[in-house]
Amino acid sequence: MVDILRNYDVIGAFWVTIQLSALSAVGALVLGTVVAVFRVSPVGVLRLLGSLYVNIVRNTPLTLLMVFSILGLTYILHLPFSESASRNAYWWAVVMLSVYHAAFVCEAVRSGVNTIPAGQAEAARSIGLTFGQSMREVLLPQAFRGAIAPLGSTLIALIKNTTVAAVILGTAESAGTLAEVTENEGASLPTFLLFALGFVILTLPLGIAITHYSRRLAVQR
Amino acid sequence: MKSTRIGLVATAAALALTASACGSDDSGDGGSGGDGIKIGIKFDQPGLGLKQGNDYTGMDVDVATYVAGELGHDESDIEWVQAPSSQRETLISTGQVDLVVATYSITDERKESVSFAGPYFVAGQDLLVRSDDDSITGPDSLEGKKLCSVTGSTSAQNVSEEVPGVNLQEFGTYSECVAALVSGAIDALTTDDTILAGYAAQDQYEGKLKVVGAPFSEERYGIGLKKGDTELCQQVTDAITKMIDDGDWQTIVDDNLGPAGYEPPAGNPPTPDACS
Repeated sequence: MVDILRNYDVIGAFWVTIQLSALSAVGALVLGTVVAVFRVSPVGVLRLLGSLYVNIVRNTPLTLLMVFSILGLTYILHLPFSESASRNAYWWAVVMLSVYHAAFVCEAVRSGVNTIPAGQAEAARSIGLTFGQSMREVLLPQAFRGAIAPLGSTLIALIKNTTVAAVILGTAESAGTLAEVTENEGASLPTFLLFALGFVILTLPLGIAITHYSRRLAVQR
Repeated sequence: MKSTRIGLVATAAALALTASACGSDDSGDGGSGGDGIKIGIKFDQPGLGLKQGNDYTGMDVDVATYVAGELGHDESDIEWVQAPSSQRETLISTGQVDLVVATYSITDERKESVSFAGPYFVAGQDLLVRSDDDSITGPDSLEGKKLCSVTGSTSAQNVSEEVPGVNLQEFGTYSECVAALVSGAIDALTTDDTILAGYAAQDQYEGKLKVVGAPFSEERYGIGLKKGDTELCQQVTDAITKMIDDGDWQTIVDDNLGPAGYEPPAGNPPTPDACS
């Protein structure tokens, strides 16, 4: 176990996992909120676009999206982020993780919007706020506070799903490093436990914090 | 109350079913253990070990069939077991297979957990390129080229050491690399020349790909078996020696890897090591 930490850059691999998680979490939150606004907007076309996005992306395997970003988008449609294969795979992994989890963020935010009594939206419109203003000033702030628990679950799922990026990203990231260790040293329980521990360290405190804040920040009605 | 009783009955029935299933499994294993032989091969390597429906083809399959024949097992007695790279040691040490013939390189690390008979083939890491591409002649000419390999594989690690800073794309399997190579998106694919020749020999890629033929590592393929079983090791070694002397070895190599114009590198046919 000590040998593995000494011979392989396990810490560096987990650092890449953290980078992927952080960048994709921001991307997914922004994109997911936009799609959620589409889904609750009064314009039928936007609602349709929103639900199409969620239903297509949510039902596509992440591995498929990852491989498609390289074999399809980079190689066939010639949309590389960088001439370097590893940088290109890194940024496509961030994009695909964002796109995929945005669908789940959207549904979490929408569930948050649904916790707000209809009277508040009606009151906001009746004092003359536009749809955008009522979203920004009244609905979304309450929606996020009500959606902390499902958003947190999505974030934890996102952190673990970064391992799927190994299919295009190689050994830079933790699951790829695990593949390398397994190739060289044979499969062993301590190695698996070491990598599992890494993920527990990343996700467990997050889960506790989410539970704490979802109680503290919940809108009391 | 009634639902509880139904639940109890269902649980009891389920338990009885599982118990009987276990029982029949055990007797089945005991029966086949006597005359059958379980051999671990790759299921997904064209030209080496490939499962298509119920047919198994490839050099490793033919070598395993020959060796099993010498050990007194008919082809029909062989039970093929999938042996992915990461599970080969475990399959042998837990007795789930008797032999592993799966592009299994003999290394000192692996000798700590399993014993090897052989080598029956000496492969080397090489490059696969498009057949109209003459600009790549070996690892030295990879500057500025896009290279592909499998995540974490020995080949990927070797080439990163051999050519520091190479533009390497890593995928989950070689099939994705081959597809990208044919489409022109990458320039070369690297791993053992046998695996490369196997892909190049597939019908859909015929004439489109070639193996460069400048190996830059030595992979000695052996037959893995339970650690310390010198009796079995000796029998398998004798079988390999006979296979090479008879000329069956040449036939097997030509049949499986020949169609791509692949010639086994220097050191073939090998002389098997002594069992210890």
